[in-house]
Amino acid sequence: MNKSQLIEALAKEENLPLKKAEEVVNTVFGDMEKALVRGERVEIRGFGSFKVKHYDGYKGRNPKTGEVIDVAPKKLPFFKVGKELKERADVEY
Amino acid sequence: MTLTKSDLVQDVRDKLRFKNRRKSKQHFLFPEMDCVFLSRKRASEIVDGLFEVLKRTLASGEDVRIPGFGKFQVKFKWPRKGRNPQTGEMIILRSRRTISFRASRKLREKINGGAPSP
Repeated sequence: MNKSQLIEALAKEENLPLKKAEEVVNTVFGDMEKALVRGERVEIRGFGSFKVKHYDGYKGRNPKTGEVIDVAPKKLPFFKVGKELKERADVEY
Repeated sequence: MTLTKSDLVQDVRDKLRFKNRRKSKQHFLFPEMDCVFLSRKRASEIVDGLFEVLKRTLASGEDVRIPGFGKFQVKFKWPRKGRNPQTGEMIILRSRRTISFRASRKLREKINGGAPSP
């Protein structure tokens, strides 16, 4: 599912005009993005939470050439699945 | 600070404005003020609806991609042998499905202060 399909699905689910559903999707993902850029946590009950994890730099090797390269410290957003989504996604089949 | 659903609901209320169908006197004085806001309850329903669509899609096994934010993927994990770290007893972990998230390059770069990240 891509963003426009999500917008369509939300419009149908909540009886909203497409334009308004698009505003909702942009607002929600925009807010979550801004919070993560500020280094804040995001927590949506039942869906999951996001936080920014810090990774130290390390010396790595290019697996192809074997040359040593410095990997700079970095921050990556990390998503932890919420209980409800975890249970709903984990169906036996 | 943690961003929660109530923050999202408040922002959706601030951003979503609907045209007022009944023309009031206000309309001529302050056209930009002549609009209808969502009630807190309705905004909350809409935000819940969005996450419900996301959960339903992922639960059906379909991935979700949001350009500029990232993608949520449903991953299949094979059964494996494990140990209870407390008792040391061997256990079989059954196969399962989990959700993984990978942030888009754009988001990763923004989080690292605009510096390109590999």
